[in-house]
Amino acid sequence: MKSNKNILLRVLSIVIVLGVLTTACGAPATPEAPAQTEAPKVTEAPVATEEPAATDAPATEATGKEFEGVTVNLLTFVGPQVAEPLQRRGPDFTALTGATINVITVPNSELYQKALTDMATGTNAYDAFLFAPSWIVDFAPAGYIEDLTPRIEADPALEWDDVAPFFQDFNSYDGKVYSIPLDGDMHMVYYRTDSLAEAGLEPPKTWDDYLNVAKTLNGKDLNGDGEPDYGSCISKAPAQQSYWWIWSIAAPFIQTQGPSQGVFFNTEDMTPLVNNAAFKRALEIYKETGQYGPPGETNQGVGDSRGLFISGRCALTMDWGDIGTLAIDPENSKVIDKVGATITPGSTEVLDRETGELVACDATTCPYAVDGVNYAPYASFGGWAGAINAAADDRVKDAAYAFLSYMAQPAQSNADVVVGKTGYNPFRISQFENKQTWIDAGFSETAAENYLGGIEASLNSPNMVADLRIPSNQKYIQVELDRILAEYIAGNLTTDEAAQQLYDAWEAITDEVGRDSQLAAYKATIGAK
Amino acid sequence: MSLKSTLNADAHDPTPVGLGHVPSSDETMDQEMQEQEPSRIRTVMAATERWAGPIFLLPAVLALLFLSVFPLIASLYVSLARFKIAKGGFTLTFVGLDNYRKLFLGPDKTHFLGAFAPSTPATWIVFGLIVIALAVFLARYLLKSRVFIGGLVGRLLLVLGLGGLAWIFVHTLWNGGRLGTLTITLVYVFVGIFFQYVIGLGLAMLTVQNIPGRRFFRVVFLLPMMITPVGVAYMFRMLTDTSKGPFTPIWQALGLTDFSWVNNAWGARTAILIADTWQWTPFMFVVLLAALESQPTEPMEAATVDGANQWQIFRHIVWPGILPVSMTLILIRLIEAFKIIDLPNVMTNGGPGTATQSLTYHAFINWRALEVGGSAAVAYMLLFLVTFFSMLFVNLIRQRTLEKL
Repeated sequence: MKSNKNILLRVLSIVIVLGVLTTACGAPATPEAPAQTEAPKVTEAPVATEEPAATDAPATEATGKEFEGVTVNLLTFVGPQVAEPLQRRGPDFTALTGATINVITVPNSELYQKALTDMATGTNAYDAFLFAPSWIVDFAPAGYIEDLTPRIEADPALEWDDVAPFFQDFNSYDGKVYSIPLDGDMHMVYYRTDSLAEAGLEPPKTWDDYLNVAKTLNGKDLNGDGEPDYGSCISKAPAQQSYWWIWSIAAPFIQTQGPSQGVFFNTEDMTPLVNNAAFKRALEIYKETGQYGPPGETNQGVGDSRGLFISGRCALTMDWGDIGTLAIDPENSKVIDKVGATITPGSTEVLDRETGELVACDATTCPYAVDGVNYAPYASFGGWAGAINAAADDRVKDAAYAFLSYMAQPAQSNADVVVGKTGYNPFRISQFENKQTWIDAGFSETAAENYLGGIEASLNSPNMVADLRIPSNQKYIQVELDRILAEYIAGNLTTDEAAQQLYDAWEAITDEVGRDSQLAAYKATIGAK
Repeated sequence: MSLKSTLNADAHDPTPVGLGHVPSSDETMDQEMQEQEPSRIRTVMAATERWAGPIFLLPAVLALLFLSVFPLIASLYVSLARFKIAKGGFTLTFVGLDNYRKLFLGPDKTHFLGAFAPSTPATWIVFGLIVIALAVFLARYLLKSRVFIGGLVGRLLLVLGLGGLAWIFVHTLWNGGRLGTLTITLVYVFVGIFFQYVIGLGLAMLTVQNIPGRRFFRVVFLLPMMITPVGVAYMFRMLTDTSKGPFTPIWQALGLTDFSWVNNAWGARTAILIADTWQWTPFMFVVLLAALESQPTEPMEAATVDGANQWQIFRHIVWPGILPVSMTLILIRLIEAFKIIDLPNVMTNGGPGTATQSLTYHAFINWRALEVGGSAAVAYMLLFLVTFFSMLFVNLIRQRTLEKL
């Protein structure tokens, strides 16, 4: 019996020791206050080149490989866009600072889940992320990601004041900055200047204009190959980008009084603003654009639409800033100097929130209207932005911040945003103002003026719409809205049924998460009182 | 004392025990001990033999528990809980059957079960016929001389399960109804396996003949199985693209450039079924080929001598011979086919609408939005479905085997 006891004790001891070791190895690092480290600096003025290149040496080079031996595991979208500049500039950064940047990519649809699971479960396999800044509303309150405010304040090389105020705000939560933008995203409508001029048409100002132009040019040969082409190319595949396009169409019908009025929910009671004449009209417009598009558009993503547009097969499309830079790519584009960009079309009729019906725009209903048209440009997604895992080691955090800052600094960023394959769009004021950078990159003066003018008009709009930034926004948008929209586009639901189903689904999520907390979060993110 | 030392002590006992020798009290004790030794050895050996099996099995059982049973139980709990992000981590709040309620009665009902069309006389007639068939099946069992409780419960569950599925199918398949992920999965499984088996058997029958180039075709027919499902999905996505795929000239010649497989629910499902059949027919083919080749030739030769034609030989000799292999093959494929996700995800993104989404795809959509409770509930429904049909099929095999015996 005694020997049995001894054996038992020995086994127990081994188990306990192993358990302690395993726990110790697996325990997440305790988040600590950030050590403020100045990021690598640029020493020269931004240099614009056709091919992005890290031309300027960070100051840390002089101090001798500050982050030697440090590896930063950075999680982002599979690309090839977005991840490409990180992968290309990673070795440059290693040469300058010693830190190795390990870019790990996953499909876009899995990025949110991967990042959140990693941090929520304490796995912490990733030290930094490049993701949608709208997600910080989930990550920041839970303490998953690092407050970057002190670092940014101590980092003059980043030139934070040069970042457009909208993007500064969009990367902040509760007054603190949690992510650094490398990209500025908003929708615009692109049109074929030659085709419209030939047909005597003006760029669309309203969505009715858009449908009219699309209908007129649909079936015409737009690229001279003898084949009929398409009036409009806006992707409609499920689980892709539909849930963003619909809001660019709906926004000018719903929001008239500025961002604090809200476009997704009623700021009084958090009821969804989808079961009304405005959203139903947006659904109808979105569906109608498919009549003037390619036959398989219901299964096409934005990559397909872009391919069709730059190969000259579409008269109109809606996209982020990417089309502008892709259209000047001499290797792939057949529409060089034939592309115009404009703020997303508006509406002359807007939602009366009392009755749920559409009413004509006037000075009261549409205070920000231009020539009687209410515009509400939608900064969908908000641009790719870098954040840091709060549970990472301090030195790794320092290196991660230094890398994100390096990528966002004008020397690198100015070169990246003018190249289509990077997937990065301008987000700095200087990038809008410095037309020469774009001309050097291959834009004609008119095209640069037109492209930057479209972005600037959107950014300067007093009625701009930011993406939804409340807890569980993935469920609202990428689960329920996406499914119902797909069913509607497929013809399985009528407009009324789609609006009602979406209303019910969103109400169910709000009730499940908590109406009061969701309302408070929503109001906080749009600046409503 | 260890077993080894016990055995050694027994073998080298120095004490001589003979007639006329009067043992002392110590010697008596030694003798008693010596008499007890063999029984002790037997006891130890018996215990060793009794415990050897469990001890040797323990590592495997523990591995199975950790890798299979524990996650199963954990995911069951997750399916009864709601995930929420919390400060520094997350919380799982027990919500009972709420995630299942959403699937059957709540906002996810249309997605999961489908959109139900109003009942019509035709619906009632079809459903009535199915109910009658199920009632006859149950009555035949009850009228048998011996009825077991287990057998009765099993058959009642079977009748209820099949009746329920029949109700869903007749209300979602026609008259403006719409299939849900549950029934779409069943379509993939049963239609896909039917064609895979029939084509696989046909190819195996062909290549088992002594025809020129059969070795070459055996290898060629196996190739699709070597390709990753995502690769197959991308390939078929290109092939079915009428505007820029490799078959575009053919579509143009046929005047079908404005046609798209994915604009129609059944067109998209057909495209996926074709891709699935293309990929999995080789699996059926290779196993059936082995089964055919292992058949003895004498009965067939005898049947030929007796004047039997090819169909009669197949029906009465070959088919019964390959039936056990076929049943096992279909069972394996059945379990695998329920998990289809790659093809609809890549080829159609689950569209048009949700027309090509399988149960796994449904769970995946919930999972990537971190709706892990809902995702686990869908996964558990898939588990019930696979178990239900697998047991049904296994019982069918057993019944067939018993009938043969």
